[in-house]
Amino acid sequence: MAEGRAPRAGADGKKFERRRRAAAAMAEEAPEDGAVRTLPSLRRLSRALPFGRSHGRLTVPALCSQEKADPQKTAFVLRKAWTLYSVTPLYGFRRARLRDYARLLGAFIAAEKQKGLAVEVGVELDIKVALSSLADIRGSELDQAALLVQLSSRSRSSSRNSEDKPVWLGWFCSVFGDELSESVPEHFTCLPLFLSHGAESYTALVGSWFQKTFDCCFRRLAISPLNLSWMVAMWAGCKLDRAASAVELVFSVPRLAQPLDISYAIHPEDAKALWDTVQKTPGEITHEEVDVFMDCLYAHFHRHFKIHLSAAKLVKISTAIASAQCDGIVKVRPLGAGCSNAGQIKQLYLKVSWFFCMISYKELLNPQF
Amino acid sequence: MQRRRSSKTPKQPLSIPNKSQTDLSAWRKGGKIDPEKSVQNNQSADDQKCESQEGSLEQALSYFQKAQDSVAPKKKSVEQEHLDAVESTALEQGLPPEGFEILLKVVLSGTFADTVNTRLLKSLIPASVIPENSVVTAVSWLCVGKCSSNIQLLFLKWLITMFDFIDHKEQLNALYGFFFSFLQDEKLCPYVCHVLYLLTRKENVRPFRIRTLLDLQAKMGMQSHLQALLSLYKLFCPEQVTITLPGRMKTYFKNSEGPWKAAITAVRQRNQGSSPLSQAVFLGTSQPQSRKRKWNAQLVIPASSASTKHLDEDREKSCFYLCSPNESFPVEQLQTFPQLLQNIHRLEFPSQMGSVLTNPLLLHYMNCVKDESIYLRLYYWMGQRLQEECPWCVVDNPYEEEFRSFLETVYKAECFLQEGFSACEEFLYKTLPLWDGICCRSEFLRLVSWIPLSSFSDIKPYLFDPLAQLFFTSSIYFKCSVLESLKELLQNWLIRSVIQMDLEISSVNTTLSGLVNTVAELVHFVGWISTVAMRLENNSTFLLYFILDFYGTVCDIYLKYNLPLLIMPPAGVFYPALLSMDSVNLNQLCYIMYRYRANLVAAKENELSKKKILQFKFSNRTYQEYNQYIIAMVGCLWTSSAFQKDTHPQGLCMDDKLLSKSAVKEVKSSFNIVYHPAMMGYSVKFLQQICPGDTALNFKLIKGKKWDWYLEYLYSRGLRGLKAFIESSISRVSQAARSKAGNADV
Repeated sequence: MAEGRAPRAGADGKKFERRRRAAAAMAEEAPEDGAVRTLPSLRRLSRALPFGRSHGRLTVPALCSQEKADPQKTAFVLRKAWTLYSVTPLYGFRRARLRDYARLLGAFIAAEKQKGLAVEVGVELDIKVALSSLADIRGSELDQAALLVQLSSRSRSSSRNSEDKPVWLGWFCSVFGDELSESVPEHFTCLPLFLSHGAESYTALVGSWFQKTFDCCFRRLAISPLNLSWMVAMWAGCKLDRAASAVELVFSVPRLAQPLDISYAIHPEDAKALWDTVQKTPGEITHEEVDVFMDCLYAHFHRHFKIHLSAAKLVKISTAIASAQCDGIVKVRPLGAGCSNAGQIKQLYLKVSWFFCMISYKELLNPQF
Repeated sequence: MQRRRSSKTPKQPLSIPNKSQTDLSAWRKGGKIDPEKSVQNNQSADDQKCESQEGSLEQALSYFQKAQDSVAPKKKSVEQEHLDAVESTALEQGLPPEGFEILLKVVLSGTFADTVNTRLLKSLIPASVIPENSVVTAVSWLCVGKCSSNIQLLFLKWLITMFDFIDHKEQLNALYGFFFSFLQDEKLCPYVCHVLYLLTRKENVRPFRIRTLLDLQAKMGMQSHLQALLSLYKLFCPEQVTITLPGRMKTYFKNSEGPWKAAITAVRQRNQGSSPLSQAVFLGTSQPQSRKRKWNAQLVIPASSASTKHLDEDREKSCFYLCSPNESFPVEQLQTFPQLLQNIHRLEFPSQMGSVLTNPLLLHYMNCVKDESIYLRLYYWMGQRLQEECPWCVVDNPYEEEFRSFLETVYKAECFLQEGFSACEEFLYKTLPLWDGICCRSEFLRLVSWIPLSSFSDIKPYLFDPLAQLFFTSSIYFKCSVLESLKELLQNWLIRSVIQMDLEISSVNTTLSGLVNTVAELVHFVGWISTVAMRLENNSTFLLYFILDFYGTVCDIYLKYNLPLLIMPPAGVFYPALLSMDSVNLNQLCYIMYRYRANLVAAKENELSKKKILQFKFSNRTYQEYNQYIIAMVGCLWTSSAFQKDTHPQGLCMDDKLLSKSAVKEVKSSFNIVYHPAMMGYSVKFLQQICPGDTALNFKLIKGKKWDWYLEYLYSRGLRGLKAFIESSISRVSQAARSKAGNADV
């Protein structure tokens, strides 16, 4: 029997400590000894996440908009439809190497495009790749700065001045991912949300390269009807000092031979007025409030059309701030001329990307099936 | 010889080792999976159909081999028949590696007419790989120049298309000069250029070759294929190729995929049907083109490839092609032991950790490395893949087969590492409540067996509660699979606990008691579901077999795994087994009771001798329970006092008056080893042997000496459990007289 044997910390001994507590709910029982691997503390995280039936409170973080933001740098976010992906932490990513990465990625794209032919790394290629950091897009100091990937096709006319034509854009970001960023160990970089705009073939190329190079994993981020209703509630209540576009909800009726979509448009001021009566504490949203808000909308619709919208599936929402579809495509609205101050824009995209980052965290670590 | 083997392989049953403790032999030099094995795997799926085809292919191959040597005129019809055989096999399954040498030889030696050669060449579609030496032989025949120029051309096209399927290219590269000489042939030149383009390495670039190319270009004008080769030369040796080449070309080579591409895709897809993953990984071609799926929405285990990250380290030297060798050494490139010794300090995992799953060498290395990040990388990757592809969590996911194969791969890797993956554990907990119990059943349940040992109450709501729900509502086969998995789980926990106890440092007390509790809870859980299942399934023999199999592990925990734990099976299992209609189960029960006895005796001895300070003592209840069972058993099987001596509250003690109402004669002896329904067959056979003429079957004859003979007879029929039980638990007063009092002694 082995009782009373002297401590031994051989290689074999360590092996059995490798096993981590995996289940989210089991992670609470902290491992007894220090040898246990440092997985992100799932339990802590899942508790912090707002969008589940079980934990339904969401406090919109105060955004530090004091610092000077350059509206030019981040304006690219607006007016485009972005396809969302969640990304596992990048392994071995170094920010100092962005230029090298761009070169390698460019060569990779060229090689993939002309299969079978040799490609020289570093020469001028048809597709120009640029990688850059976007320090503006992050929630707090703990977040990694966002990473922008730009593909542009080199103009054939060899004149130096002619602008390269952008063909594809993608960016990684982390907004208020404090808990996750904190718990990710060394050598890993946590940028859980990836947004792409442009042909999917390029997304596939860039994504494949990142997956190969940094051993990460991309996954399309679907937005559940529940999360969509959170978004309506959250954004319906935003103050806007201009004539905003209507709040629109699109429902799809399941199990019909012919697809039937119901579009439900509400005047933004009405939506805001309704939300204001529902919300108890400004700056904080609870699950009950969202439910009440949606129920009111449903009841109103039923009164007029005798249709229970709650039985249909919410597939798309659009508000003055942004629109989102259940298949993970979002668009941040362009703002009117009166609203173009940099701080406000920053507020806006940060809020939007924060929300999706949250969904992505949840996908990564505690997916809701 | 080789063909022989191939014809036999599909007939062999595909043996899957129980524990999948893959050994290194699977990983042969070069880190490749044995091509033949993979073919064999693929084929065994539709054995029946293949077998006949295989046979005709073999005949055809031997025909073509012989035909080449013989000068006798060939019969057209026979030739046609064999040609058809080759064609149909090739188009359906692809050809096995050993077929290429024969057929290429036939084609390029000009034995047959061009029409035949063309057809043969068109059907040279690999099932897995093309051996390099077959291509080398083919090239030597090409140089002999016995075949027509059309065939030469077609062969070159074939070579270009199949280039990636050739298993090695070293020797082929050595033939660079021969290929180069074909450049002079105007018709072949474009295709030779393409072959050379694929073959060229830096050392192949020589001044005289550059000169030849430039001469050719001067002669033939600007040809895109020549430019392609020149540009490649320039890429390798910019200082030697001084001419300026026009900028990028859209296409250097004409599409020379020829007639094969569609067939390759079809064959690959069909072969992937049986094992999508291994094939994809093996061929190194991750994405079958035909599928219309969103990017990345496909379950592919990445092929292991060296990390490219260090490429940029030495950017000062502007040397991007070659990684400087003193930085790291990719494990998958290891080929020899000396290589390992030289590089042991700078081995490196592939860029995508997921690729370790299919590579035993990498799994070995993983076992030795303490680096935490490799587990984390695997955790992230696997977690995403499992979530993304799980057919019962993702709506409209039609790729169940693929997922099944993935789970299988994961399970095998777990067996190899003797350790569960945490991503997998998480996946089980999350998806079990949603599982229908049908989709990927065996694969999913097998993963359960590698759930790591942790507090029972923690996993209960995630694992055991949903599992019990499914268990009670599913078919008997499902129940048996669950019991099988839980037995594996128990064994894995026990093995783990043995090692843990050996290594565990501090807090032995808490750990050991926690361990014992968890294992005990598992055994109790299985006891509970078994009892219910026996009732639900009407005491099914089949189910009982699996239950007793589980207890076959439980009864030996103390002696085999050194864990102070003995739990008797519940009455709901014990009595149905004792009264079972089936001798296999009765025999197993006897064996189990014998092992319980051995364990209890050993525990008692340890306790008495006080050699060790025991922290745990089996409670008296265990002994008591054992004694109750043994009394009931001996009463039934041996002393013919069934229904009398049983003291178990749920036992079969019955009032004599009640029994007499049943109007069964000889009630008391009706469950002894002669009359027991499970033993009846033996006693009848025995009687027939000792009194061959007697048809009346007088069972009462079996007593005294004949009783002993009968026992010997039973033992000789393989009832070892019964033998062990009788010899250990029943003290016989004398060999001659049947003992009146069986004695349960502990």
